[in-house]
Amino acid sequence: MTTQVLQKPIDLPISPRLAKNVRRHVLERVIEFILMLAALSAVATTIAIVVILLYESLSFFEHVSIIDFLTDTQWTPLFEDAHYGILPLVSGTLTTSAIALGVAIPLGTIGAIYLSEFASHRTREIVKPILELLVGVPTVVFGYFALLFVTPLLQMIFPELPGFNMLGPGIVMGIMIIPYISSVAEDAMRAVPMSMREGSYAMGATRFQTAVRVVTPAAISGIIAAYILGISRAVGETMVVALAAGQQPNLTFNPMESAATITAYIVQVAMGDLPHGSIGYQSIFAAGLVLMLMTLVFNILGHITRKKFRETY
Amino acid sequence: MTTQASVLANLAEVRAMIRRHKRNDFIFSIIGLLALMVGLLTLLILFVDLVSDGYQRFNLEFLSNYPSRRAGNAGLLSAWVGSLLVMLVTFFSAVPMGVAAGVYLEEYAPKNWFSDLIEINVTNLAGVPSIVYGLLALSLFVYGLGLGESILTAGLTLGLLILPIVIVATRESIRGIPVAIREAAYAVGATKWQVVFHHVLHYSSGGILTGIIIGMARALGETAPIITIGALTFIAFLPPSPITEAAPFINFEWLSSGFTVLPIQMFNWLSRPDHAFHINAAATGALIIVVTLLMNGTAIWLRYRIRKNIKW
Amino acid sequence: MVTTTSPIKAESRDLNFYYSNGHKALKGITMPLYEKRITALIGPSGCGKSTFLRCFNRMHDLYPGNSYEGQIVMHPDNTNILDNGVDPIEVRMRISMVFQKPNPFPKSIYENVAYGLRVRGERNKRAVDDKVEEALKGAALWDEVKNRLHDLAFNLSGGQQQRLCIARALATDPEIMLFDEPTSALDPIATANIEELMSELRNKLTILVVTHNMQQAARVSDYTAYMYLGELIEYDDTDRIFTNPSRKETEDYITGKFG
Repeated sequence: MTTQVLQKPIDLPISPRLAKNVRRHVLERVIEFILMLAALSAVATTIAIVVILLYESLSFFEHVSIIDFLTDTQWTPLFEDAHYGILPLVSGTLTTSAIALGVAIPLGTIGAIYLSEFASHRTREIVKPILELLVGVPTVVFGYFALLFVTPLLQMIFPELPGFNMLGPGIVMGIMIIPYISSVAEDAMRAVPMSMREGSYAMGATRFQTAVRVVTPAAISGIIAAYILGISRAVGETMVVALAAGQQPNLTFNPMESAATITAYIVQVAMGDLPHGSIGYQSIFAAGLVLMLMTLVFNILGHITRKKFRETY
Repeated sequence: MTTQASVLANLAEVRAMIRRHKRNDFIFSIIGLLALMVGLLTLLILFVDLVSDGYQRFNLEFLSNYPSRRAGNAGLLSAWVGSLLVMLVTFFSAVPMGVAAGVYLEEYAPKNWFSDLIEINVTNLAGVPSIVYGLLALSLFVYGLGLGESILTAGLTLGLLILPIVIVATRESIRGIPVAIREAAYAVGATKWQVVFHHVLHYSSGGILTGIIIGMARALGETAPIITIGALTFIAFLPPSPITEAAPFINFEWLSSGFTVLPIQMFNWLSRPDHAFHINAAATGALIIVVTLLMNGTAIWLRYRIRKNIKW
Repeated sequence: MVTTTSPIKAESRDLNFYYSNGHKALKGITMPLYEKRITALIGPSGCGKSTFLRCFNRMHDLYPGNSYEGQIVMHPDNTNILDNGVDPIEVRMRISMVFQKPNPFPKSIYENVAYGLRVRGERNKRAVDDKVEEALKGAALWDEVKNRLHDLAFNLSGGQQQRLCIARALATDPEIMLFDEPTSALDPIATANIEELMSELRNKLTILVVTHNMQQAARVSDYTAYMYLGELIEYDDTDRIFTNPSRKETEDYITGKFG
């Protein structure tokens, strides 16, 4: 028999009031888990989009060779003599987007510089909410505006302009995008530290010189981000072009002609009654995939440009 | 060595140069104001154009008639009821989901690659063209899950579309609440969820509401994804009523009903060659724009009030 | 240190300054700046020394609601640079400034120094090249950067960045240069470089420097002004201020009994 030398540790009694509440603890974990599932929905949506576009496009490419898809100059999937060349839709998308950006980038940048460097606090408080309201206007209404107001107006200047054309909707889309570009670019400019402006003013620079020579270069990466956002908007915009640019695929970069964009084509097919699983049905997913790839390419290009203009304050 | 004379001669030159530079300042501020006015003017012209084209239809029959083959008799009944029901679904899918996700990301998520991943996804989703959501819904909801071209499909689609808006608004307003408030609640023995539910959500509700209103306004005006799910049809009936006379008083049949919504009805009329229908489209456009501007205006005003009143 | 008397380059006369919130930050300041001399402003933080310095190039005009009362007269032309009719831009072209923290622009070293010339519309490349070289030499930076003039200025060390800012201010041949605690963000070696540079610049122009460091004031300046709560307590030769101040408050501050 051994004698116990060491005293055994005593388990002190825990008063029930301070004991770990198992029920409460489990409940907390369950709540956290549910909240996490909600957050994961964003990831799930992204995955679903990618998987579905790829899956449906894959069936499409079982019938259509990728070479034809990328090189054929006609897009007539719904005709007897079907052609599946995406180029006419891409040209329509690029042309309308280019017109839109031709309007939105200069006006949006100038507006941002004005708001950030010139406008008084009061002007800013009035102008910014109005720009936000413009963002809230539904695009179908802008489509109406392009078709029944801007195009007739343009026809007074260019009498030969057809009722469906890329110029009118391009311009309207541009105006629609101005607030996106100006607000993101303005945020970037206002993030430039005041000490940098003081440095410029102390050299005897005017507001304009400070804005153009110091603040704009300092904010350039944010400004480029604003442009990228604008490009994504323009490329993905649907209703304005579907209503006012026409629905005939047309391999042209002439803004005075009518042409279908990728988005307009998807709308056109969806309006008809295409059987699920038909080649026409699959073709809109292939078109959607191209749309996503185009936005991806622009985003990557933007990312590279931004890296070139690296900056730290 | 600068002599007095050379300083003075220099000054005259400098002054002339400053005058030139300041003229540039002035010219630019005019151009800047004009650039911003383009947006404002467009908004104004757009509204005046819609009203002047569509005012003949501003009457109660326009709201209480079904669409018709005769433009003069056609109305918006099925469209506004449809919009209301779709928005109901959108609200109940996007709001709990978005707020929960926002709360998780701000209050619970560990700061590691996992939360980065979700964060990148939310940002990217906000930039995905709306028509792509339509494609997703067409393949997944309409055919994959067999929900058909129904109110449920449309509501869920728009719910996904505005999810990033709700998440971002939730996170931003939660971020504004100081840590001290949370510590005060923990100090009296609240659990994490109690802190979140009683305090964090309570104090950020104004900001979250702002985001929800903006998101719902966006959903109300969205057209492309709804066309994509194949909902562009002639609808001259109302879905079954959600409320019944007999028990259990609530009925979910309307969820699987066919439908039309305001922007689709406008698009439909607008794509007809007959000008008489364009008048209907203009009147619908005026209605949509008034409702969305009111919603967005409320949200902006609300945010302004919150910023002004709350100083932590 | 002061060997011969020199003409007055600028003087403030009964200067009051109010911030937009109504706070009166300067109370009746009257003092001269002698040409090609270094004048130091010392005093505890919040005493208004930086506020006073920033009046000289009308920096306060950048923020709405600030107001001046009184005069700062610049010689030889006898202009009150605070006058409403005087353009702050003109003032800043004659009086340049170096800030507390180095604030180079996100441009190359060369373009940073050339900025003032560009702002003045100088297009002649040779002239700009020469000026940039001269200014960089003047700021004792030329040897360190002559082979990488087109590198981004942010790649320089803190002390180099501050000398770059001095070169930027020098390139336009200012009549007066303002230094707002120019070494407070720098290490001791960089501080010594800047102080040496300031002494050399004294041969070319008039300098007003705010410093939180009394030893620095004693080392570099010819005249020193002690400020407290927006008032000028004492102004005199630096030697006298540090050896035999006439006011008790000054003595307390200098000996460390206060502040």
